[in-house]
Amino acid sequence: MKQKSVAVVGAAETTQMGKIPNQSQLALHADAALNAMADAGLTAKDIDGVATAGDSPVETAHYLGITPTWVDGTSVGGCSFMLHVRHAAAAINEGLCNTVLITHAESGRSRVGARRFSRDPQSQQGQFEVPYGITNPPSMFTIPALRYMKTYGVTEEDVAMVAVIQREWAAKNPRASFRDLITVDDVLNSRMISWPFRLLMCCLVTDGGGALILTSAERAKDFPQKPVYILGTGESVETPMVSQMEDFTTSKAFRVSGKKAFDEAGIKHSDVDHLMIYDAFAHLPIYGLEDLGFCERGEGAAFIRERNTAPGGKLPLNTNGGGLSYMHSGMYGMYALQESVRQMRGIAPAQVPDAKISIAHGVGGMFASSGTIVFSNEAP
Amino acid sequence: MADYKRPLPQPTPETQHFWDGCRDGEIRLQRCKTCNHTYFPPRDFCPACSAREVEVVKASGKATLYSYVINHRPRPDFGEEPHSIAVVQLEEGPRMMTNIVDCPQTPEALELDMPLEVTFEKATDEISLPKFRPAK
Ligand SMILES: [Zn+2]
Repeated sequence: MKQKSVAVVGAAETTQMGKIPNQSQLALHADAALNAMADAGLTAKDIDGVATAGDSPVETAHYLGITPTWVDGTSVGGCSFMLHVRHAAAAINEGLCNTVLITHAESGRSRVGARRFSRDPQSQQGQFEVPYGITNPPSMFTIPALRYMKTYGVTEEDVAMVAVIQREWAAKNPRASFRDLITVDDVLNSRMISWPFRLLMCCLVTDGGGALILTSAERAKDFPQKPVYILGTGESVETPMVSQMEDFTTSKAFRVSGKKAFDEAGIKHSDVDHLMIYDAFAHLPIYGLEDLGFCERGEGAAFIRERNTAPGGKLPLNTNGGGLSYMHSGMYGMYALQESVRQMRGIAPAQVPDAKISIAHGVGGMFASSGTIVFSNEAP
Repeated sequence: MADYKRPLPQPTPETQHFWDGCRDGEIRLQRCKTCNHTYFPPRDFCPACSAREVEVVKASGKATLYSYVINHRPRPDFGEEPHSIAVVQLEEGPRMMTNIVDCPQTPEALELDMPLEVTFEKATDEISLPKFRPAK
């Protein structure tokens, strides 16, 4: 299988994380890239492929002094970096380039050199969603949840429990933004944002970034770090408007992307030792567990409540604390990938003992898009 | 209502019939002449079978409440109180985003699957927005 011949040989996040008012978004891209290059023992001269989302790969390539033979500006929201990994693997296999740098950076909190959101009033969303008062993800991403909750009898307490358990993981991570343990009552007593979602069910807003470097598995063994191999990848998109999702209780993009990645990797769910599901809001891990096939439909909340994904559980999930407690600069997919790589290298703050296979599953937009990467620390 | 402060849609050639319909007090959907699929948002071909032969059809204006949130973040253009942002299921099949109006903006008053009917909120001479209220 082609994808099996590519590995991550460099991975790093920005030097600072959280609130970084002294660096622009572009400088954060460079900081993450330089850290990843140092991790891989490379300089810009060794990079011949560049990918980024949100910002232009032209800008990052020129800023860093890279002359690429392959670029990817796929920008489909927070999972774009999963798609970059997938596209990079194909490009490396095809000989379009040898060494790919993927960067993410966002001055999400300080807004230094950050892009401004604007929705064209002639766009589909501008005509058919914006006039009704949608503002930010908290008033869009959350809209399907009530239908899910009614369909499967899932309660506000169940959704709150997702945040409670992820805080348990964050408590083990010195880099996490929030580390104090919380209870279901704490979540349900936090400020109402967009009923039924309260503050502690919503992701953080921070500054930061991350970068990955990929090359062929054959070359990977000559790099300083333990290679993390890519076993399988998937991607899909559904709709730019959350109101037009086919079914509010399941994400088609999740199902298509996840199945593709599992099929390519040739693994079973029981093979997976560690899982990252992009948690912009507390309902997303529930959808992800079901749409990736780890649970039957309607059983995701109980699976979490019964502590299967908690520290000591059989399927450690969002072990960095997730977007809810670790960090979330706007396009969190990069941080899910970084945590999978750390787990596969055996250096995560909350390391899963003997983990051999990790999946990072991302979402973009408001259930608009998805990307899934299956990693392993064992050569395929 | 020149003082309308909320974001307004700007019709394109493919959506003009829909906004003209709202101005005239009806929801206009589209139906495929090949496979009979009724759909929204507007486009000049059928998203189910790719056929270009489609017709505009008037919807009944009846719907049910599919899902929603009640936004508590500041939106001065929507007033001081929290307001619903909902997705309704039209009788003809398609779903659309809207606001539920003429009822309290509370979980108790907004029950999923409750019957609704369309009402049009005039924003300008050209644009009226389809909103939904509890069916009488
Ligand atoms: Zn058709």
